Amino acid sequence: MDKQRRNFLKIASVTALAGIGAPALIRLSSTAALASEHAAAANPVAKPAKGAHGEAASTGIRLGMVIDMRKFVDDPKLLDKAINACNLVHNIPQIDNRKSEIKWIWKAPFENVFPEQSQSHSAHNVENFPFAVLCNHCDDPPCVRACPTQATFKVKGNGIIAMDFHRCIGCRFCMAACPYGARSFNWEDPRPYIKKYNPDFPSRMRGVVEKCNFCGERLALGQEPACVEACKGTGALIFGDLNDARSEIRQVLDKEFTIQRNASLGTKPSVFYIV
Amino acid sequence: MYNKGTIIPGLVIFVLLVTSPIWLNGLKAATPPKPELPPGGEKKCVMPKEYMRDNHMKLLDDWRDSVLRDEERVLVTVEGKTYRKGLQMACMQCHSNKEKFCDTCHTYADVNPYCWDCHLTPKEAASKEDTH
Ligand code: SF4
Ligand code: SF4
Repeated sequence: MDKQRRNFLKIASVTALAGIGAPALIRLSSTAALASEHAAAANPVAKPAKGAHGEAASTGIRLGMVIDMRKFVDDPKLLDKAINACNLVHNIPQIDNRKSEIKWIWKAPFENVFPEQSQSHSAHNVENFPFAVLCNHCDDPPCVRACPTQATFKVKGNGIIAMDFHRCIGCRFCMAACPYGARSFNWEDPRPYIKKYNPDFPSRMRGVVEKCNFCGERLALGQEPACVEACKGTGALIFGDLNDARSEIRQVLDKEFTIQRNASLGTKPSVFYIV
Repeated sequence: MYNKGTIIPGLVIFVLLVTSPIWLNGLKAATPPKPELPPGGEKKCVMPKEYMRDNHMKLLDDWRDSVLRDEERVLVTVEGKTYRKGLQMACMQCHSNKEKFCDTCHTYADVNPYCWDCHLTPKEAASKEDTH
């Protein structure tokens, strides 16, 4: 009996060792392979660096927005108009509660939007007027990297950071990853808080994250984003392809001095502000 | 065999228990569902009826992926009328009564798809009519 047990223990420990060792061996060999792959893949795309903060230009269409705060200061009702247009089009619930509120485009004070900028002796406009904030549709979006289900992803054709609500499991990794607070979580069933339905768009359900989608569904129909349409004629929101040198947005960017939210993070926001 | 007296009646009871749904319901099966035809009188669907019966869920999944992920929001045209791909945009334009269409079979088959947790039925949408 004793002898048998000793044999059993020997065999068991050898098997266990082999079991523990095998994955390590596999990992070792595969990292070597991966590393060489990476090196090979990295070389052809390596470009001369443009400078510490220069953006490596992405190719293809990259949709972006310029927010001209001067225009919103001129017309204090304009921003509400833009926000309401978005709320209506996307069936966004109006929850009066900081924890549960859902925001796609909203107002925030300058010091919250640009915490890294100097706050002392700011101009009146900057101190007294709320800024328009929305998802930056970053060219290098941390939210996409964090999402375990690819529920949030970059649309290849236009650079929009979109969401497939069907796939969202509500883990909120993306909310932790987004440095701009651009995402909201549905803590409760949003439907009772939706005032009017747009029958062309779904609502969301409890447990799903949502954010601005640059009106992908409207662009597909040849329409402008709802907020841009609401500001039509004022030039307050300029929308277009950042990679097209002849686009209106590029003309504005070439002419005006603009800032991005915390550009030093390297997320490459596609939303620019004229203060 | 030992304990014949207990085992055989026990087996009989077991078999009867396991097959009880057949004896209880078998002869009065629920009437098969009759989903409502489009109230607007449309005759043709985006796919043949037989295909839709078996695969509408697959088609909806494919539409979802192509619209959201591949930006292929192309329109579907049926008998000269165009629809945007989607449950709310296309299907419900003809099958406008979810309760009389979707629910009939889903209840019969005891499946609970969660489409309507987010998608608006025409009835739900009309309950808070948007006027913009
Ligand atoms: S602003 Fe936030 S949510 Fe939007 S793309 Fe950038 S990281 Fe993602
Ligand atoms: S909450 Fe949803 S979108 Fe965000 S990371 Fe998790 S699965 Fe992705």
